[in-house]
Amino acid sequence: MTYALIAIGGSLGSFKVLQVILAALPPTFKVPVVIIVHRERGQEAILAPLVQSHCALPVAEIEDKGRIEPGRIYIAPSDYHVLVEDGTFALSVEAPLHHARPSIDITFESMADYYGRRAIGVILTGTGQDGAQGMAALRQRGGQTVVQTPASAEAPGMPEAAISAGAAGHVLPPEEIGPFLVKLTEERP
Amino acid sequence: MTVAAQPELEDLEVRLLLEGIFRHYGYDFRDYAQASLKRRIRKALQAEQIRTVSALQDAILHDEQAMRRFLDLVTVDVTAMFRDPRLYVAVRTSVIPLIRNEPLIRVWHVGCASGEEVYSMAILLHEEGLLEKTRLYATDLNQSLLDRGKEGIYPLSAMQTHTGNYLAGGGTRAFSEYYAARYDRAQIKPWLKANIVWAQHDLVAGASFNEFHVILCRNVMIYFNRSLQDRVHRLLYESLAPGGVLALGDKESLQFTPHEAGYESLDRREKLFRKRK
Repeated sequence: MTYALIAIGGSLGSFKVLQVILAALPPTFKVPVVIIVHRERGQEAILAPLVQSHCALPVAEIEDKGRIEPGRIYIAPSDYHVLVEDGTFALSVEAPLHHARPSIDITFESMADYYGRRAIGVILTGTGQDGAQGMAALRQRGGQTVVQTPASAEAPGMPEAAISAGAAGHVLPPEEIGPFLVKLTEERP
Repeated sequence: MTVAAQPELEDLEVRLLLEGIFRHYGYDFRDYAQASLKRRIRKALQAEQIRTVSALQDAILHDEQAMRRFLDLVTVDVTAMFRDPRLYVAVRTSVIPLIRNEPLIRVWHVGCASGEEVYSMAILLHEEGLLEKTRLYATDLNQSLLDRGKEGIYPLSAMQTHTGNYLAGGGTRAFSEYYAARYDRAQIKPWLKANIVWAQHDLVAGASFNEFHVILCRNVMIYFNRSLQDRVHRLLYESLAPGGVLALGDKESLQFTPHEAGYESLDRREKLFRKRK
């Protein structure tokens, strides 16, 4: 089976963890990754170059109806929700969910819908509970789910919410998440 | 909100619901982008405390009020005055010089919702000395939203955000000149409304109804699928005067649309495009 998409969601303090994860992905990594980070409006212009400087794979900002290409890292723009449809991103400006736009829940949920077993969701450090429900839906549909260990999280709220929602398939510290994704998505001959 | 236990069955039910709404009420959501529409349908299930999409179809077809609530759920987004302030800076610097000398300026605001962004443009045009000779056409699919826009009454508590946006958008006056505060509400001054025409208009059935110098269609087509987007792009292109300006949302693209070659980029970041003469 080929995985279609990995989504990584986080808020407060997640950039440091993201750095660790992305550094572990080799330039040959094929499965596209979308990064959803809660932040103030207008900061995506800063985030993409910042992520690029820590990552061997090309980083791109998402545009509406943009094709999801293999071997790329995508950044969810601030003030938009990101949904997926067959092979493309679709944006929405519906009301924030859990005070968040982009909302991790909304992306996870649409991945559950469209990709099911071919989707991977990751929740990193962050306050609040965004991501837990969507991740539960993803897991219910056979997707793989990974949650950062609450003990390693600067803000354990989101990881804890995901674990108590029964959404966490794997609970891992930051340095093990990247290698786990590499191993999981390795295509066997 | 959870995903359906039987996704294929849910897909079928959604198709039947949309077909039923179209045939009975004339609202055509059949070419809306699926992911976002499904989310809103699930929200409707929650709000109506209904379990299946088929049961929602029953409720909507037999109860106009349920249809109205569904329409609100599908069409309502939260907006603000001078939302995306950078756009207004770009309009002041790049668009105004192009239209300043027109004897009569026509602006079409597509999907104007509750009108905040229409009044923002009216304020900008007033400050540029152009409001007098401008007609702003504000259209939306949802009549109840248009009624709110026409009224021009917004919560006073939101005015702090709006004022901040106004200043970031290049405003130089006292924003309070443009509304009257009464209790907890802000009422837009009547003179700002004089040149605005509010009209219900469905882009899907869409016919062109005038020729415009500026068309704002921001974050409207993100809810449409590719084929409907293409149809709407044709409508907008045909509704623009040669040299007229199209404003899209900042994450929308003209790439791969049928009229990509018919425009030149005026502001890459703010997605302002000028129709070639």
